[in-house]
Amino acid sequence: MQSFGISLDGTKNGETFAPAKDQFQEELVIRPLHSGDIYASFQFRTLWDTDFLQEGQKKVSHYRLFPKSLGQVLSKFSVQELHISFTQGFWRTMQWGQPFIPSPPGAELWVWFHDTVSDVDGNWKELTNVLSGIFCASLNFIDMTNTVQPSASFKPLGLGNATDHRFLRYATLPREIVCTENLTPWKKLLPCGSKAGLAVLMKSEKLFHSSFHSQAVHIRPICQDEQCTSKAWELRQTLNVVFDHYTSGQGKKEWSLFKMFSRTLTEACPLASSSKVYVDITDNPELSPATPLLSQAVVLGDRRTYSVYDLTRAETFGQLRSFNLLLRWKGDNMLRPLLHAERYVAGFGLQTGEIHTVIYNNHPYRAFPVLLMDSVPWYLQLYIHTLTVTSKSRDNKPSYIHYQPAKDRHRPHLLEMLIQLPPHSMTEVTVQFERALLKWTEYTPDPNHGFYVGSSVVSALVPSMVAMSTNFTQDQPLFSSFVPVKEESSYFVRVYTEPLLVNLPTPDFSMPYNVICLTCTVVAVGYGSFYNLLTRTFQVDEPSPPLAKRLANFIRRIRGVPLLA
Amino acid sequence: MSHDFLQMHLKAVISCLLIFLYKVHTTKAGQFFSSGHTNNWAVLVCTSRFWFNYRHVANTLSVYRSVKRLGIPDSHIVLMLADDMACNYRNPKPATVFSHKNMELNVYGDDVEVDYRGYEVTVENFLRVLTGRLPPSTPRSKRLLSDDRSNILIYLTGHGGNGFLKFQDSEEISNMELADAFEQMWQKRRYNELLFIIDTCQGASMYERFYSPNLMALASSQVGEDSLSHQPDLAIGVHLMDKYTFYLLEFLEEVHPASQANMNDLFKVCPQSQCVSTPGHRTDLFQRDPGSVLITDFFGSVRKVEITKDTINLTSPVEPPIQRSGSGDIQIESLTYVDQLPVAEIIHQKPKQKDWHPPDGFILGLWTLILLVFFQTYGIKHLKHIF
Repeated sequence: MQSFGISLDGTKNGETFAPAKDQFQEELVIRPLHSGDIYASFQFRTLWDTDFLQEGQKKVSHYRLFPKSLGQVLSKFSVQELHISFTQGFWRTMQWGQPFIPSPPGAELWVWFHDTVSDVDGNWKELTNVLSGIFCASLNFIDMTNTVQPSASFKPLGLGNATDHRFLRYATLPREIVCTENLTPWKKLLPCGSKAGLAVLMKSEKLFHSSFHSQAVHIRPICQDEQCTSKAWELRQTLNVVFDHYTSGQGKKEWSLFKMFSRTLTEACPLASSSKVYVDITDNPELSPATPLLSQAVVLGDRRTYSVYDLTRAETFGQLRSFNLLLRWKGDNMLRPLLHAERYVAGFGLQTGEIHTVIYNNHPYRAFPVLLMDSVPWYLQLYIHTLTVTSKSRDNKPSYIHYQPAKDRHRPHLLEMLIQLPPHSMTEVTVQFERALLKWTEYTPDPNHGFYVGSSVVSALVPSMVAMSTNFTQDQPLFSSFVPVKEESSYFVRVYTEPLLVNLPTPDFSMPYNVICLTCTVVAVGYGSFYNLLTRTFQVDEPSPPLAKRLANFIRRIRGVPLLA
Repeated sequence: MSHDFLQMHLKAVISCLLIFLYKVHTTKAGQFFSSGHTNNWAVLVCTSRFWFNYRHVANTLSVYRSVKRLGIPDSHIVLMLADDMACNYRNPKPATVFSHKNMELNVYGDDVEVDYRGYEVTVENFLRVLTGRLPPSTPRSKRLLSDDRSNILIYLTGHGGNGFLKFQDSEEISNMELADAFEQMWQKRRYNELLFIIDTCQGASMYERFYSPNLMALASSQVGEDSLSHQPDLAIGVHLMDKYTFYLLEFLEEVHPASQANMNDLFKVCPQSQCVSTPGHRTDLFQRDPGSVLITDFFGSVRKVEITKDTINLTSPVEPPIQRSGSGDIQIESLTYVDQLPVAEIIHQKPKQKDWHPPDGFILGLWTLILLVFFQTYGIKHLKHIF
């Protein structure tokens, strides 16, 4: 279905009027996992051939499919790329494989600003406040104490030639809670909202009753065509959810759209040029309703076969005008993920500790380099002289280390290392730290919960078993075209480790009250009684005479006669 | 002669107009336009943290639900929830907050927008929202943009005592601070009329100190009394609502946007037989008689509609967007994507030039000390031998 718009032909003042070309595509990928869970990934992409960074006459003011709130944010803060994600739960790489779009627990925001920006920090601070209003999240807690400027990680995923890392900012809020109030404004950014198309499946009661839920917005400039002579802005909204085998699936490897989302599909979004559902049938599950459309895609280094359901065609919905997919599978072996990372805190007590990051290379014969980025808050004071990197119990010297020490209450630690992982090995990175004592106003209202340390990011170009395609075509499914592929033999992957929860030495906040009560009591009882003993004098006091005597005395005073006793 | 005739004519016209206006004022149309407010706002605050205070979040969300149902849009509601109960890991049914046992009514809904959540709900932020003194980068959804024609509903719930309300178990707001905040709002003309409802223990102490005009206050219990919670749900494991707000919700479910229920009905909600505590109210600062104040003046947002039969000429339509002219600057060279992990480039990366900062106080002091000691020991006259 073509995007409809007013088309005016003719010239006026030498310029041709033509409708701004924007298109919207939506897709849903369902992948059964071998542990019995099911992974559903929604992707909504709006492509718009325009230039947000223009000023004055050519400033963009007419929005159609692209949401206006985001467009105004991009032009006001001169943003080149924006990636924001909200995640609840942790992605279990060993059980589920690699996700299409990885994200760390909590909220993550990284932004590339345009190189015309003079005050990047000021723009960053205002941008986080504006985004906190748009997404109903506490992103205003992002400030200089948890923002870092990575020097080699997080290269732009879109077009760009300037990679001066002064224009990059990265921050995570591991404690950020994701709930319906974040999903509501996210759904409102879609052209069809949650009324038509794939977004009708997004009911919060089912989406949040899952092992993993992640919603993200990715905005970047991309090539419009194969020759890549002009660029267009792409907005991708992705929602990844993994439904648990036991809590949602009742323990059976049998899933349907209705069981997952408590809804079925009735129509495609009328504004979408393509609306498809892909089901991963590489492991030969039983699928109904059957479809003749098949597609093969190489994604994450693996060639997989997908059944395609085109929702823009009426026959997909059948007689009942509703589309409900049924899936049943045995699920035996899974392709072992080649890169996997874990992180934990070792040590005991509330003074010192050790952070261990373990990276596994499961490739049988190839070694490849990985870039590990760690951002540790200032209250865990790292001792970098104790940093050790060992692979196969031998020292492994990283070929690039960038360390920026923390400044108390100003800046967190940033550690980036390029480590060569030997084949089929486990590499361990350890660093010791000491816990700081915070000022009593800096503690959160529930300090005994602990303090979070954001996930480490491991970025790598993993050698691929299957040749990846470097051709860029418009018909490529969205899930395989997120990361630009530069060479055929490897694919880019980013793995996030667990966040850490660390207890800091916490004072007893009731002590000031206790001390005041005790001191005042001691002073009042001890000193007070002593003072009274020394300074109190006693006087004899005669009781007041009865009324009759007082009256008699009064009359006697008038008569001038001496008074009674 | 004609002058007198004109004057008489004018007098007749003026008297006719006055009679007409008087009639308008007393007819239904007149009554329709007589209430002083043009827009409605609501500030709903839950001040308690931790799972066992589930009922406070449910209280706030039930008022939120009623207020939304009666017409106030999300852009005019500032909702502050100090903790997340719906997606809490202890919640057996995620993304839900129930108000009635056996999970009958989900007050969290599918369309909720929380403006301040978690650690953001502090006394300072609450007072800043009320008085409007927020940092310039605060987004619109977090601001109370009321004017002098706004009716504001303020609902507070949590743990309180005689003269204070606890925020997140770590700080309190006193009744004097609240009264002063309302006075600031009055001075800045930030409200037309304000309805203050509080559901805490000893809630009446919070409105004792109010002194600004046009304030009406309701509390769930008197000084010296505790507000009690209503009913637990055995599946969720905590108490779901407080008694006062539970009966308030039941009362509000009967109200619809066109209802004529007034404040006297609201004062009768939850008598002592149902609530165990004695709800109180305060109307001495309020100009109008409570019997003439509709519930929807504060809880709803009844839009006043004027029907007109005149034709209005619209301005010319927006010009369609201009496409970038092709004859301009064409980038002939093709753009490329950036290499995601350029290993060679990273290894040979030059360390980025740090901006030069002038030495800070410590370094300057240290050098001054060294120089002083040097001159002390060696004396000025030896300088020429050294240099």
